[in-house]
Amino acid sequence: MPEITRDEVAHLATLARIDLDDAELDHLAPQLSVILESVASISGVAGADVPPTSHPLPLTNVFREDVVVPGLTAAQALSGAPEQEQQRFAVPRILGDEQ
Amino acid sequence: MSNAIIKQTAAQMADALADGTTTSVALTQAHLDRIAAVDGAVHAFLHVDAEGALAQAAASDARRSDGSPLHQLDGVPIAVKDVLATEGLPTTCGSKILEGWIPPYDATVVARLKAAGLPILGKTNMDEFAMGSSTEHSAYGPTHNPWDLDRIPGGSGGGSAAAVAAYEAPLALGTDTGGSIRQPGAVTGTVGVKPTYGGVSRYGLVALANSLDQVGPVTRTVLDSALLHELIGGHDPRDSTSADLPLPDLVGAARQGADGDLSGLKVGVIRELAGDGWQPGVMARFTESVDLLVGMGAEVVEVSCPTFVHALATYYLILPAEASSNLAKFDAMRYGLRVLPEGVESPSAEDVMRATRDAGFGDEVKRRIILGTYALSSGYYDAYYGQAQKVRTLITRDFEAAFQQADVLLSPTAPTTAFKLGEKLDDPISMYLNDLATIPANLAGVPGISVPSGLADEDGLPAGMQILAPALADDRLYRVGATVEALLERQWGGPLVDPDKLDLPPVELVETTGGHA
Repeated sequence: MPEITRDEVAHLATLARIDLDDAELDHLAPQLSVILESVASISGVAGADVPPTSHPLPLTNVFREDVVVPGLTAAQALSGAPEQEQQRFAVPRILGDEQ
Repeated sequence: MSNAIIKQTAAQMADALADGTTTSVALTQAHLDRIAAVDGAVHAFLHVDAEGALAQAAASDARRSDGSPLHQLDGVPIAVKDVLATEGLPTTCGSKILEGWIPPYDATVVARLKAAGLPILGKTNMDEFAMGSSTEHSAYGPTHNPWDLDRIPGGSGGGSAAAVAAYEAPLALGTDTGGSIRQPGAVTGTVGVKPTYGGVSRYGLVALANSLDQVGPVTRTVLDSALLHELIGGHDPRDSTSADLPLPDLVGAARQGADGDLSGLKVGVIRELAGDGWQPGVMARFTESVDLLVGMGAEVVEVSCPTFVHALATYYLILPAEASSNLAKFDAMRYGLRVLPEGVESPSAEDVMRATRDAGFGDEVKRRIILGTYALSSGYYDAYYGQAQKVRTLITRDFEAAFQQADVLLSPTAPTTAFKLGEKLDDPISMYLNDLATIPANLAGVPGISVPSGLADEDGLPAGMQILAPALADDRLYRVGATVEALLERQWGGPLVDPDKLDLPPVELVETTGGHA
């Protein structure tokens, strides 16, 4: 029976860039185990010969003519930015102390 | 002056605008008045744009008096689910992480509404990022079912369905990833359509799961859905998954269906979408509706789709996997919320991301992101996501085999009528089961409609019938849906949603404050 431990949930939260506090981990970990248990029922349903479907339309590449169309102005593109500086997105430092 | 005009269908409103018996300003104001009177109780809207809607209405009236309307629905107001980008209007997706975000562009479907002259009343409530079946996962509080304010309106598009059911809007746009248009339609006694995958542009739709999402109409009648579907549908070069094919004649199919002759049509009842756990009153209304179709000349066959029993599990692997990738864009850098972690001096970008995503996402979003991250992890990918993609193939094959035997497939839309708010909020599995019957269509990309089938005996609440058709044959939904609707309305003496029998003040009690009709 698949189980997802509290430590695993904490690790996954780190991968997904979400700070979960202890109360949230206590709450979510058992729920995720229950969900995982119920979705695990599909193992073995499809044999190795069944091709996967990623997408309901049998599309491959879609091309269009390379023509210039109007885009957003810098002001429009920055209109939702939490912080901006000199027509650019201002972000916190991207390097850690150890990097 | 009474605002009884809001009781009409959108098609009737369009006729009244065309023959000059009303104006778009009067019509729009009547709906704004209705919203002001009842939305405190329903909470279908997250944002109402009275000023913008009235300005669009005045422009529509000017076009009508010039004899140059843009479209049959020019001047008929509409509500838009808050997951679609609207230039200049807030778009939150029901999430705190997008609180206050004003998109600098319109979704293609919104641009098409504007190009046809439909005033936009506002943005409707939804489960956060469309994850849920009750609208209770909205960060801005739940929407209440107009039939019984203590009950859920379905989800994720409960706001659009409730707005239409409460006569706050004649038309609305929804999105359907696993049933988010059809299940709210069923539990609010309204009509909802999930078009064929690729049939309606998704440019400007904040994606939940790209291989499943589809935009569609939310209305009170089948004909109104057909009119709206034809308006928003068709190829869009800005959406690479948009099908470059003409739409079938949907309005014509709805009109043909209303006349009722179904001779030669084969309808298939899906064996796997019935049985234990299905509310008896929902099944009773469904069986009666199937019998009505048989009475109009349709031949009914039972079809088996054995893999459908695995659809829910398949969906809850594929959807979280896609959603966890999609929601990675909410990184606190370019738009939306930015939260600085407490007690950290000079936090890094990653610290800020983690703090922001914790503060900005609700429980259900976190559950699904973690689940999706797990399903895509090295070591688990083949067992979960890879296996789910294969089962998806089997579900598609089940549909193909079933459509060899029948022109359309039928099931109840949802297993139960609307449950009480709070009843399933912290029980994810029980919540997920609401989408049992609607999910297979999203996995295979086929279109589906939910039409009201009546009130369940146990609780007097609405139930819905789902009609499914092969990909690109959306016209069949409208033909069969219109037949069921016409026959049932003859029994009921009008639409199932009677505005004066809702858990709300009657329409006549509200006087219009403006307009001249």
